[in-house]
Amino acid sequence: MKLKRNVAVSENGFLFNPETGDSFIVNPIAKEILNYLKEGYDIEKINQLILDRYEVDLVTLEKNMEDFLKMLQHNELLDR
Amino acid sequence: MEKPKFNIAVTGLNNTDNPGPGIPVIRGLKESKDFDVRIIGLAYENLEPGIYMRDLVDKTYQIPYPSSGKEAVLERIEYINSKENLDFIIPNLDAELYTFIQSKEKLEKMGIRTFLPTMQQFEERHKANLNEYGEKYGIKVPLSKSITSRRDIDELKEDFEYPLLVKGKFYDAYLAYTPEQVNTHFNKISAKWGLPVIIQEFIRGTEVNVIALGDGQGNTVGAVPMRKQYITDKGKAWGGVTIKDEKMLDLTRSLLKQTKWRGGMELELIKTNQNEYFLIEINPRIPAWVYLAVAAGQNLPEALIKLAFGMDVPNYLEYEVGKMFIRYSFDLIGDIAQFGSLSVTGEM
Repeated sequence: MKLKRNVAVSENGFLFNPETGDSFIVNPIAKEILNYLKEGYDIEKINQLILDRYEVDLVTLEKNMEDFLKMLQHNELLDR
Repeated sequence: MEKPKFNIAVTGLNNTDNPGPGIPVIRGLKESKDFDVRIIGLAYENLEPGIYMRDLVDKTYQIPYPSSGKEAVLERIEYINSKENLDFIIPNLDAELYTFIQSKEKLEKMGIRTFLPTMQQFEERHKANLNEYGEKYGIKVPLSKSITSRRDIDELKEDFEYPLLVKGKFYDAYLAYTPEQVNTHFNKISAKWGLPVIIQEFIRGTEVNVIALGDGQGNTVGAVPMRKQYITDKGKAWGGVTIKDEKMLDLTRSLLKQTKWRGGMELELIKTNQNEYFLIEINPRIPAWVYLAVAAGQNLPEALIKLAFGMDVPNYLEYEVGKMFIRYSFDLIGDIAQFGSLSVTGEM
């Protein structure tokens, strides 16, 4: 799963999809995850990085990650 | 080398909340590095804001509405030409295009050039002909049907599902959920724009638009896709952003190649959630958001003049994605004497 190459995420968390013209504001953790996706990390690795950095249990993280990825898919931000 | 200077007449100075393309076209022309322009505004009403924008419009003349007949319009243009020595006219409103396309040769005899679609190109893309157009050029279009009487409304259920769109032949579109609503919109639209009224299948999705310029030989000089970000209650874009959409560009280039489109145009498309594109309308002229294309790197009004005068025409392949426009309202200050001059003499 990878973020589309031309999706831009700015420093302040503003995300622009140049293919659809949609724009979004994301929180700092979402921005971090988006940057990992852009780097090409797989979900397992991203989960591990988040677990290392934040106080969160794996079940909660996986549930939220799944929701977030679905949202990205729905908004055509991921490569199919 | 000295730059050529062209006297260019431009219509569509109605820079209101339902804006004509005149002012943004002029902004593009004024930014040309390869030629200078003197702009002659052609206005229908005394309060078209562009008339009072003296930094953009050098002189304005009133012209008769196209409904007054071709001869009346040409007579007025002849007079204006005797004063201004016009090189080129850019008609920017749908309703006047028929007159100007038909008058191409007469205008040329006066020494005035145009760069417009042919009558065949203009006629075949009418909303009423959209089904045939889609079939001929291999583009998906929503099912459309022209109706001329209220009696036709009852029969719509055989071909259409509700909601559906009720459209005027030039402007206006309303969504109708019941035959009663179709009836109301039919009466309103036919009173304003005449018959036929067009019934169109409603396609769910996002409205996206492309501005393009064809050289009349099948080549696309430039094309920029845009997504509306803010739409007024009249359905006009008040804000928009350029997007990167190769499918839209391919569709545009293919259409211009097949039709050998001559001049500016705007394609109005609906992109569905399944990433299908439906062509809902072709505007046979430069749209009012043209300055976004100029700002994104494609000065299409300038290229139009270059095409017409045989100058080197750029082949625009790139544009800046994520370039945005936002319209605003602004109180221009004029003097009643200006309004008076236009009212009494028809020029200012």
